[in-house]
Amino acid sequence: MIRFIVRRLVLLVPVFIGLTLLVFTISHVLPGDPVKLAAGPQATAEEIASLSREFGMDRPLPQQYWHYATGLLQGDWGQSVLTRRPVAADLKIYLPATLELVFAAIFLAILIGIPAGLLSAITANRWPDYLTRILSLASIAMPRFFLALVLQLVFAMSLAWLPLNGRFPIIDLPPPAITGMLTIDSLLAGDWLAFTTSCEHLLMPALAMSLSPLATITRMMRASTLDVLQQDYVLTERALGLSQSLIILKYVLRNAFSSTLTVIGLYIGWLLSGSVLVETVFDWPGIGLYATKAIVTQDFMPVMGVTLSIGFIFVLVNLVIDLLYGVINPKVRYQ
Amino acid sequence: MTTPSTAHPSRWQNWQRSLYRFRQSGLSIAGLAIVLVLLVIAVGGSWIVPFPEHISGGINTAARFKPPSSLYWFGTNELGQDVFTLVMAGARVSLIAGFGVVMIAAILGGLIGALAGYAGGWIDDVLMRLTDLMLTLPSLILAMAIAAALGAGLDNMVFAISMSWWPGFARLVRGEVIAKKEDLFVQAARALGASDSRILLRHVLPNVMSPIIIKMSLDMGFAILAVAALGFIGIGVKPPTPEWGSLLSLARGYLPDYWWTAIFPGLAIFFAVLGFNLLGDGLRDLFDPKARR
Repeated sequence: MIRFIVRRLVLLVPVFIGLTLLVFTISHVLPGDPVKLAAGPQATAEEIASLSREFGMDRPLPQQYWHYATGLLQGDWGQSVLTRRPVAADLKIYLPATLELVFAAIFLAILIGIPAGLLSAITANRWPDYLTRILSLASIAMPRFFLALVLQLVFAMSLAWLPLNGRFPIIDLPPPAITGMLTIDSLLAGDWLAFTTSCEHLLMPALAMSLSPLATITRMMRASTLDVLQQDYVLTERALGLSQSLIILKYVLRNAFSSTLTVIGLYIGWLLSGSVLVETVFDWPGIGLYATKAIVTQDFMPVMGVTLSIGFIFVLVNLVIDLLYGVINPKVRYQ
Repeated sequence: MTTPSTAHPSRWQNWQRSLYRFRQSGLSIAGLAIVLVLLVIAVGGSWIVPFPEHISGGINTAARFKPPSSLYWFGTNELGQDVFTLVMAGARVSLIAGFGVVMIAAILGGLIGALAGYAGGWIDDVLMRLTDLMLTLPSLILAMAIAAALGAGLDNMVFAISMSWWPGFARLVRGEVIAKKEDLFVQAARALGASDSRILLRHVLPNVMSPIIIKMSLDMGFAILAVAALGFIGIGVKPPTPEWGSLLSLARGYLPDYWWTAIFPGLAIFFAVLGFNLLGDGLRDLFDPKARR
């Protein structure tokens, strides 16, 4: 197992190098001159040239890449041409907000999806099953940004149960930043009011994001539960008089784990990238909004930073999931 | 008692059986119906909508923000344009854009996958590592960045999305080509002296078409969703192109009072995606008995 982990970790090195190379190439192949845009429409050729020198964009591409890649290793993710802020510092602020959203979405998906899938399997081909299946088909087709708007329309604008947007009221004092995730930070600070406030802000965006993974977990739970319930050993146990609920507790729990892991692995990149849409609707100050602003102004460095950090997280999460598969299911352990 | 024909059902009988199952599945039929309606709307376009002048940007300031009525089925927007007309016109935009994305992705991914699978060796290694790396990148952000750099326009947007869409096709086609290239008919062609390109294009590719077509139909709904997402963010198409995502994005500013400007374009996206998803599932079951549960 240790050898397997070490080997996988070593293999990450070329993957990370490949990622930086790919992202760098894509962003430099694309047309558009960020320096010219940042310098403004009235800038003279000289001003543009000096700005370009300042950001090292006048150097040959291999040199620029080398500078960028070695900078990454030292925690220097480049600098925004527009705001002149270091990208690493920006990511440190915005990434936790998006991660909080993604974790909350996955949490909701598991919380609702696993019981829904179980219910669907137990009542197979009766109306609760049909209802769950139709709802999960609909969830996959539902655009997140549309659901987000509908949620806002109903729960914030009409009923005024939940805050319309944002992460935390501007007039209130947020908990001291430790993880950067407000819900966790407020729990760590023992600030119950801050916790409920941040949960209220988190609920609608997380729900809007959770829909697709929720539908997928539900489907997988239904399929794997049906599969288990038809196994010979389950028939035997049932013949021996074990109750249905005991059988489900005993055998279906493992499926719940593995389908949850699969869904997290499948969706982590999708959620991080798709957070753009939900963050736009809810003015959620995460990397999605950050990336959108940078993309519109063709500010390379922040876009590269966001793309790379999502790529890194995706690769790392999938590595951890592969290892966890091995832990919960010995059959999966391989060299 | 068993005759050979019942033990080994002919291809035609298999087909009939699959078709029967497709017809039995209400959801597939519902998907087909939605897609057919969309196609009719997309083709009929300006002939069947009540206010064709609104499609090209015509406005009617006297009728701003009228709620849904018998005259304006889906109400009117901030410019007095009929929302029903715009939503109907959006069907053509979405269908063409979605199809464009899937088509370009299938061709590009197909070529890359076929080359990797057929050539093997280092070519396979390089192409597949590239594909894997592409799959780890955030597709939506990548598409947004490419579309923004290329500038506004539906064609740029379609190109940008397909640039992040091809890796799935590349992996699929590579696997299929590897499975097929050792088949007897390919070896026969090789023995007869056919060139590599001829074997690949005339013998291998036609035999891997059905999984490609299934994936295209399954992806179509998600491609429409991606197009709407970019339109919603405000990258890609610009008004007056009646694109569903950008209609929805414009309507955001007029909630909650003028809810109809948002709800109907949103529902249009939902039903279009749902229709293609259901149809895609049905087609997969039809052509790929192994995937059937």
